[in-house]
Amino acid sequence: MNVVYLDNNATTGVAPEVLEAIRPFLTDRYGNPSSMHSFGGSVARDVTRARAELAELLGATPQEIVFTSGGTESDSTAILSALATMPERREIVTTRVEHPAVLNLCKHLARDKGYTVHWLSVDREGLLDMEEVRSKISDRTAVVSVMWANNETGVIFPVEEIADIARDHGALMHTDAVQAVGKIPINLGSSNINFLALSGHKLHAVKGIGALYVKKGTRFSPFIIGGHQESDRRGGTENVPGIVALGEAARLAAQNLEAENSRVRRLRDRLEAGLLSTISASRVNGSTRFRLSNTTNIGFEFVEGEAILMRMDDKGICASSGSACTSGSLEPSHVLRAMGVPFTAVHGSIRFSLSRYNTDQEIQYVIDQLPGIIAFLRSLSPFGRENLAAACIVH
Amino acid sequence: MWEYSDKVKEHFFNPRNVGVLEDSNAVGEVGSLACGDALKLFLKIDPETDRILDVRFQTFGCGSAIASSSALTEMIKGRTIDEAMEISNRDIAEYLGGLPDEKMHCSVMGRDAFHAAVACYRHQPVPKEELEGELVCECFGVTDEQIKRVVEENNLSTIEEVTNYTKAGGGCGQCHEKIAGIIAEVRGQLAQERPDVSRARRPMTNIQKITMIQEVVEKEIRPMLQQDGGDVELVDLDGNRVLLALRGICTSCPSAGLTKAGIEGKLKELVDPDLVVEEVAG
Repeated sequence: MNVVYLDNNATTGVAPEVLEAIRPFLTDRYGNPSSMHSFGGSVARDVTRARAELAELLGATPQEIVFTSGGTESDSTAILSALATMPERREIVTTRVEHPAVLNLCKHLARDKGYTVHWLSVDREGLLDMEEVRSKISDRTAVVSVMWANNETGVIFPVEEIADIARDHGALMHTDAVQAVGKIPINLGSSNINFLALSGHKLHAVKGIGALYVKKGTRFSPFIIGGHQESDRRGGTENVPGIVALGEAARLAAQNLEAENSRVRRLRDRLEAGLLSTISASRVNGSTRFRLSNTTNIGFEFVEGEAILMRMDDKGICASSGSACTSGSLEPSHVLRAMGVPFTAVHGSIRFSLSRYNTDQEIQYVIDQLPGIIAFLRSLSPFGRENLAAACIVH
Repeated sequence: MWEYSDKVKEHFFNPRNVGVLEDSNAVGEVGSLACGDALKLFLKIDPETDRILDVRFQTFGCGSAIASSSALTEMIKGRTIDEAMEISNRDIAEYLGGLPDEKMHCSVMGRDAFHAAVACYRHQPVPKEELEGELVCECFGVTDEQIKRVVEENNLSTIEEVTNYTKAGGGCGQCHEKIAGIIAEVRGQLAQERPDVSRARRPMTNIQKITMIQEVVEKEIRPMLQQDGGDVELVDLDGNRVLLALRGICTSCPSAGLTKAGIEGKLKELVDPDLVVEEVAG
């Protein structure tokens, strides 16, 4: 069975060009870029090129890029560096809807390290209240950490505007841009963002590679201490295949950004409209105005997400759910709860996230399959229709 | 991704006995939309023989909730009520070739819905533990009586297991101390019933016993009570009678009986299974 992959916010397929680009580094060119001999040293030039390509995508300079193992390491590095370089400030401002990489780190810092964390709330559309943002950032704030785009809903936050507010108070600005990089234009050169975290496998590179942007002039305290790699900012022999993959993926993203965005957006909109019009009691979770072009999160009322995913899986369709049952925890997505999604819909919320590799035929297939799946599960559900029998019949 | 058995998948994709039974004479309902799963069970019982002639279900929930409901209906159909009442949540899980640990609550939901339906049939409005128990987990509405039963029936020993089987403690986590107390209480009783299975203890002098009791009260019990605005003080030890005075909010708390039982369970578990707690006026 063909797989229709609509779970690109979880991870993406490796681009064919990326695979070709890294092949030599998994075979003949295995040298260490720090070596003195040319066998290794020549590899350093490929690392340099990858760094430049990634910098280009971000509107940054190559010196501002630190390669890491992924989004989570970049987030931890940025936030802990900010706290280490500003020891007199003991407050963090972040949002209730961050990815666990930031959310759980901040919880840990509050619980075990004595920092005060201000959790910014979101409205029903998943948007921040800028008045609240302004009221929470102060001269006591060490770091403001706000994601650029939400992984579950695709909702985009005005991080550049927030960075200006942070700068006015002398606080550092970090953004988890794992979902945004490669999907929306980013120009860090003209922003006050100090740190930006990104992950390779979300933009058709490979898993195990990521990067942290550190604005020139930002004081930095390394998270992983070891050799002199990455200009003393991240110890450890370079993950050369990963770095080359990320560079090539960045080059492809920059090249395709506009065309891809409009094509993917059209497919996403078609999927969304097709599902909403054929399935009653369904709704989009999150703002449709400030949103990534590849993501839609739809709540199907009175049915449960894991059951939907299992039936979709049976038809070869891959997506994700914010339902409790899929996560292994018993509570549904913290993002949807923070948005106040009604409980009739929160357990039946499905995230579809597309990529440049999806086709019209695939979208049509999903639009054809989903109504039957939801209708079947609703026929099993005791909710969402007039109950035919009284709760307890006395005989 | 969950590792579901083939039988779970088979019952999920082809659930048996789905729907509403128009001429049912017993209906059992557990769970809610807010909790993420719910089961409504319809039974047609022959009043002469108490045999279950027909059964239907409606389930809102995940794959294993639907499969557990379907399995339950197959297991009870054609049996008498008394026979079917013998079916435990473990039997449902075994029928399905096992469930992931985190999904055991689905089998408990099946068993509970059946017991609720039987209570309905017998004109007992709701099973006893839901009516009489004290609410422990506010997130998922689980009472101490429900937790006690599941701990006993499944021989559970950790909070995590209780969460897997009942959902209790799977939300905000504020009830973890209470759940630990209930586990200790039930296991204390279990240990008492089977004195040789628990670890062998050397006889203690009174002073050793008092020191140990004092330590458990200070480290385990007082912090738990103080969280709820209560407190406790060790007044005396008379043989195996531990005399305690409840303080603060505990004195007027309707669940003072439970608090006492919880303390007794802890002391039985950690100090001596022969201890009995008595409350005295402070």
